[in-house]
Amino acid sequence: MPLPIENVDTDQIIPARFLKAVERKGFGDNLFRDWRYNADGSPKADFPLNMEKYSGRILVGGKNFGSGSSREHAAWAVYDYGFRVVVSSFFADIFKGNALNNGLLPVVVSPGFLKKIFDAIEKNPEATFTVNLEKQTFIIDQTNETESFEINPYKKHCLQNGLDDIDFLVEMKDEIAAFEAK
Amino acid sequence: MQKTLFDKIWDAHVVKQVEAGPDVLYIDRHLIHEVTSPVAFLGLKTRRLKVFRPDKTTATPDHNVPTVDQHLSIKDELSRHQVEMLKRNCEEHGIIHYGLGTEGHGVVHIIGPEMGLTQPGMTIVCGDSHTSTHGAFGAIAFGIGTSEVEMVLASQCIMQPKPKKMRITVNGQLGKGVTAKDIALYIISKISTSGGTGHFIEYAGAAITNLTMEGRMTLCNLSIESGARGGMIAPDETTFNYMKGRKYVPQGSEWDKALAKWNELKSDEGAVFDTDYTFDAADIEPMITYGTNPGMGIGVTQNIPETKGMEGTDKVTYEKSLSYMGYAPGEKMAGKAIDFVFLGSCTNGRIEDFREFARFVKGKKKAPNVTAWLVPGSKQVENQIRAEGLVEILEAAGFELRQPGCSACLAMNDDKIPTGKYSVSTSNRNFEGRQGPGARTLLASPITAAAAAVTGVITDPRELLAP
Ligand code: SF4
Repeated sequence: MPLPIENVDTDQIIPARFLKAVERKGFGDNLFRDWRYNADGSPKADFPLNMEKYSGRILVGGKNFGSGSSREHAAWAVYDYGFRVVVSSFFADIFKGNALNNGLLPVVVSPGFLKKIFDAIEKNPEATFTVNLEKQTFIIDQTNETESFEINPYKKHCLQNGLDDIDFLVEMKDEIAAFEAK
Repeated sequence: MQKTLFDKIWDAHVVKQVEAGPDVLYIDRHLIHEVTSPVAFLGLKTRRLKVFRPDKTTATPDHNVPTVDQHLSIKDELSRHQVEMLKRNCEEHGIIHYGLGTEGHGVVHIIGPEMGLTQPGMTIVCGDSHTSTHGAFGAIAFGIGTSEVEMVLASQCIMQPKPKKMRITVNGQLGKGVTAKDIALYIISKISTSGGTGHFIEYAGAAITNLTMEGRMTLCNLSIESGARGGMIAPDETTFNYMKGRKYVPQGSEWDKALAKWNELKSDEGAVFDTDYTFDAADIEPMITYGTNPGMGIGVTQNIPETKGMEGTDKVTYEKSLSYMGYAPGEKMAGKAIDFVFLGSCTNGRIEDFREFARFVKGKKKAPNVTAWLVPGSKQVENQIRAEGLVEILEAAGFELRQPGCSACLAMNDDKIPTGKYSVSTSNRNFEGRQGPGARTLLASPITAAAAAVTGVITDPRELLAP
């Protein structure tokens, strides 16, 4: 799914008026709400998410994706809609952290490679891509062009094994208490 | 080895370094509000956990609350539910909660400093990006996501890779009518909304140390808009004078002990920063934004930049932004009509902001075409506005005061700017729809907002200031 816009901020990903839920579910319906729908609720035909020719579980965004607020709802919305990977040449810090904490993989590629991805989709909306977390590579299947991406080894381990930070920290309680006593 | 202020505080809070992973960082103060905490509490419940250190946690509802008739029950059902949920969660876990209408209530980043919860050398987090505000006291303060809120509730710790360090020095003296807000918008216009990404900023230089605490908070508040995790300023006499005697600040001999420690909190001579910027205060004018991110700002006397030299997604993004705003490249900002003025938010909702606004509009009249929302950042600010006689000045000029909350900073409560309308706002984000679907936001300082409020058009405030 291509979204060739820069500085996509969290207020666009999920507008504030949809942050009133007290559970994690159901945010996908309002993902990119104001770009996706007209005021009367009808879909905007020229927005990529509404174009039949595009689909898939990889969201490809312009540079500085996820800037703005710390609302984790943005990551939940992207995930809930069905995406599992977001690609950009640059992510805002908090969004990146939130994504990783929710099983959504942020993949940073070079600006040049990002352009190649957009070009590939423009040429062929059915172009496919392979993301290999183990090898840390992103591949444009049709041309076999590959770029490797970085991920913190600890986070990679968590993602691969479905572990989370909270369990890790709760296990450390004695150590934390000892630190406090210092 | 010489250390930066940031290193000193960070390193003192590392409980453990995970091999090839993030640091386990101990958190001294956790602030929570109604929007980003309910799912975290739900998570605790699912895991059958209690809050680990309730005494280090403080709560207040701010995002959802109405700014009129706060004694009545909140009309919007979902908003009311979130606000009530916060109260219930706090009761269950023994967390101090400053509810709507009470003395301690207000925007979370206003009440922290106001009550002395914010102190030098601390690590402070909140599920809100503008937590960077608290860095003004020489603390490491940053916004976190809800999973991280859950981590801190469960363990008083967070897992974070250590960010890089940036120093931004602003030398010289600010001109007439130029404020901390203008410094911040100027810096972001120079380094862009992603220029600070991956970094923590320390601000330095004469123009910074001459700022009041309120000004420093405004500047640190906006650090996040440059993409940085946070911003900080080394504590000094200005900091200590502001803090002394506040509710949660150490008293008596404890104060002297704390002071001795806080005096050590500065970057060592020769400490190395990953990135360094230097600006001159004399180059900074009153600023205004013309686009849909905080980096799209210019001096109020300047013209909207042309698209020459832009290409690809850069150009598409720029044109999309201007078309949303209803502006064209090359146009002059001064003289453009506006509809709304919003004074408030965690950026500019403090007492000094109201003093400046009142001083400016004193003896003048609000323009008839302008709707103005003046929203104190906290109950304490509201009380002070009344005690200092500012209400009378504001009312004589045709303005009225509302009750504390986030208000029109984000379109989550009743205060929404209507579609297509122009709002000169002292808040922090001019994203599409930030102040309401279709609303057009122009970020500026309280003085520039006051100038627009009395003239009805974008105005260089210096033209109306006494020499
Ligand atoms: S005033 Fe605005 S930026 Fe500050 S906490 Fe409230 S909504 Fe967030």
